[in-house]
Amino acid sequence: MKPTDTQHPDYFHRVVDCQWACPAHTDVPLYIRMIAQGRFADAYMVNRESNVFPGILGRVCDRPCEPACRRARVDEKPVAICRLKRVAADYRSDIRDRLPKAPATTNGKRVALIGAGCASLTVANDLLPLGFEVTIFERFDRPGGLMRTNIPSFRLPEKVLDEEIGYILDMGAELKAGCEITSMAALLEQGFDAIFVGTGAPRGKELELPGRHDSPRIHIGIDWLESVSFGHTTKIGPRVLIIGVGNTAMDCCRTSLRLGATDVKVMARKPREFFKASAWELDDAEEENVEIVVNHSPVAFVVEDGVLTGMLFDRMEYTVEDGRIVDSRVVEQVTIPCDDVVLAIGQENAFPWIERDLGIEFDEWDMPVVDRTTFMCTRPGIFFGGDAAWGPENIIWAVAHGHEAALSIHRHCLGGDVGDRPPRGVNLQSAKMGLHEWSFSNDFDGSERQLVPHVDLKKRFKKLNIEVELGYSLEEFQVEVERCLNCDLQTVFDAPKCIECDACIDVCPTNCLTITENAEEPALRAKLTVPAENLDQPLFVSEALPQTARVMVKDEDQCVHCGLCAERCPTAAWDMQKSLIKIPHADDLAVDESPIKVAARS
Amino acid sequence: MSFIRKPTVTNSRLPKNSLGLTRRDYEGGMSTLCAGCGHDSITAALIQAAWELELVPHQVVKLSGIGCSSKTPAYFMSQAHGVNSVHGRMPSVATGAGAANRDLVCLGVSGDGDSLSIGFGQLAHAMRRNLNMAYVIENNGVYGLTKGQFSASADVGSRAKRGETNVQPPIDPVVTAIALGCTFVARSFSGDKQQLVPLLKAAIRHRGFALLDVLSPCVTFNDHEDSTKSYAYTRRYYHPAIHADFVPPAQDIKAAYDHGEAMPVELHDGSRIVLRKVDEGFDPSDRARTIGFLQDAAKRGEVVTGLMYIQPGQDDLHDVNHTVPGPLHSQPYDGLHPGAEGLRELQQRYR
Repeated sequence: MKPTDTQHPDYFHRVVDCQWACPAHTDVPLYIRMIAQGRFADAYMVNRESNVFPGILGRVCDRPCEPACRRARVDEKPVAICRLKRVAADYRSDIRDRLPKAPATTNGKRVALIGAGCASLTVANDLLPLGFEVTIFERFDRPGGLMRTNIPSFRLPEKVLDEEIGYILDMGAELKAGCEITSMAALLEQGFDAIFVGTGAPRGKELELPGRHDSPRIHIGIDWLESVSFGHTTKIGPRVLIIGVGNTAMDCCRTSLRLGATDVKVMARKPREFFKASAWELDDAEEENVEIVVNHSPVAFVVEDGVLTGMLFDRMEYTVEDGRIVDSRVVEQVTIPCDDVVLAIGQENAFPWIERDLGIEFDEWDMPVVDRTTFMCTRPGIFFGGDAAWGPENIIWAVAHGHEAALSIHRHCLGGDVGDRPPRGVNLQSAKMGLHEWSFSNDFDGSERQLVPHVDLKKRFKKLNIEVELGYSLEEFQVEVERCLNCDLQTVFDAPKCIECDACIDVCPTNCLTITENAEEPALRAKLTVPAENLDQPLFVSEALPQTARVMVKDEDQCVHCGLCAERCPTAAWDMQKSLIKIPHADDLAVDESPIKVAARS
Repeated sequence: MSFIRKPTVTNSRLPKNSLGLTRRDYEGGMSTLCAGCGHDSITAALIQAAWELELVPHQVVKLSGIGCSSKTPAYFMSQAHGVNSVHGRMPSVATGAGAANRDLVCLGVSGDGDSLSIGFGQLAHAMRRNLNMAYVIENNGVYGLTKGQFSASADVGSRAKRGETNVQPPIDPVVTAIALGCTFVARSFSGDKQQLVPLLKAAIRHRGFALLDVLSPCVTFNDHEDSTKSYAYTRRYYHPAIHADFVPPAQDIKAAYDHGEAMPVELHDGSRIVLRKVDEGFDPSDRARTIGFLQDAAKRGEVVTGLMYIQPGQDDLHDVNHTVPGPLHSQPYDGLHPGAEGLRELQQRYR
């Protein structure tokens, strides 16, 4: 194998699995370390820089970081990254004076953002401090988009939403609430320099089965949640069936329990391993005694004399091979009685308000053609992001889209090629403080993942907006932060210094180092001290070592970043260096064109 | 010396031996030797060899004398018996331990000071008794613990870190051992575990005294230019004369080697050492020729390694002394106690 190019900004970034997996590339280890040091406001600001809504995301993020967490590979359960984000938000002091501010004078460029959801708000957050004039159009009377209308307040309190959205609006965005855009052509006439479409995926999927339109007690999940959120719907029948088993279904079943339902069943067509809902959302619903019924495929709504009495299902049997359904059979038909049905089988975006003759190309599925890098559609100056771009994703993706779109809008408005993206950067700084002193805690803490305490089952249903999760206590998060392996403390190897004494190899607790003759990757992986079988994780291969021309190989899969290799190295060929990954945002264009703007953040 | 605790976490794919133990289960306390010390590599090789031989830790006794090297027993197999004895007197303690419990695996770790200076006589007599033990000399050519004075294994012309040149000829433990009739003599290098681990396994399984001289650079006092025991010097003049693989009893050896080039030597427990010669003129079963070979190589400045001499099947301490089978603790009381009549008879012989 060729020596690993550690100069490539993605190399060390990829080692920080959580940061690599996060669409917005939040510097997770850095903020966890800050929490450990009691620097909650700093931790909050590190979060905010990349994910904009730490308080919100600390509660409802889909946490792609956690399945990626190294701790899950070498130990058992990942670090509770998401809930530690909430710790930063919960325990922080007032950070308002640290927020970016809009300059006294604008740059004269006007940007319209359609929909006041997380994507648009991120664009506003990035562009306002640079002097752009930002106008946000929102069809409802309050901003927040699906974060407000679709996430129940027992999971995400209004106060948190209002606060974090307020930070952005207070920079000077003009919010036109209750103002639905019904024509793109009309908006274009207003002469904005750029338009960003962040309208989400607001249309719930229909389930056209016999009886669908014969009763008013059949609801579309996201519309029903929206209606609950605005207080238009305040009760539901005692027996509720939720059709679908995604995260919206989980919100629907738990909301039903708070509106008077006593018998809530979530009806799933397939077996449990095919559920779309996140494991923790399923757990939370089942904790509230929601019954999840598998292998029931809906056939018809049973409506007698205009009254919904139940729903007819095919009970299914599946043949599963290698995690895929290869055959299915109907075993019998069953009617399950109910008073209400909520359909939560997915949602999609729809653009009836965009005229098709504006130069905005739509594809075969009637979705706008959007560039994956620039987020611009085929008409220059119009950008899409969040669920509006490519269908339903999660908040953190919308935030990532927003950052990229803001960068494009900056280029579009102030000159330059939108396709010209500033490069990512990486900054490395040695963590060595003395002979045996390191600037990070490298004692491996074997504690198990801490559970977030919940409000008592009897108390939580009294009101709709009682937040179920209490957040970590001081004692709990202090244990949890130490579970982080500090993957951003990189093991950096300098081959010319190595004397091949084997000290690092002998001391490595996870046997992830080997000095051996170089070979092609498959052969090299096989002959390591412990064969590197996880092909998703790269090998580090050094240049030829001075004494024997062999190579130092590290299996990135199993390293716990304890620093013992560097501690044991007599020549400092190994060093532990703190990596700071620089993901360019719009403000990097504003300052200058250099990819690395600040290094001294920690 | 490391101030970071070694994490308890292990590689999730670390293999287990038939006892259900991983390599890490054979570890001991955290080393307090200098970072980069060859001794730590030898410790790692001992751990690897013990794991591969599937030694039952509590059936092993680790013994040492005094010195950097002699701290080694603290760093592997925490569950085994350990004796850190008087300077140079480890062979006597080992003799006692081995005499009392012949079932124990006896592992001695010593250094060039402990073995070739203060304990030279003890070492010679342990070899003469053919005590059943593996005796590792962690050889770095200096007294590290007292800040780097030349030891008895330092080569003529080798320079100390502070500049003085060694003028006294070295004692070569390998040549000495062969001359004294030691039945298993090998030399290896801490930086070559591929050679060291099989040699350690063979030494442990050899019945009789197995001497393993392991070059083990002292990073602090003897790893500079002009040192003849540094990593760089050893690698530059490194000359493996023979490959030795250890094959456990049940395993078939035919498949692994082309016939003709391999030379199996059977040990008493049915395991074998498969030798593959690199130097044609070298024969590890011929004492006189081996000594000549070593002396020629020394003149050329080569660091010759490998299994230098082996003579399996020699009577060991127990054979020579016609001791009872099994450890003393398992002898039935009746066999140990002569009874009143027997005692009278015994006393009668001295009247």
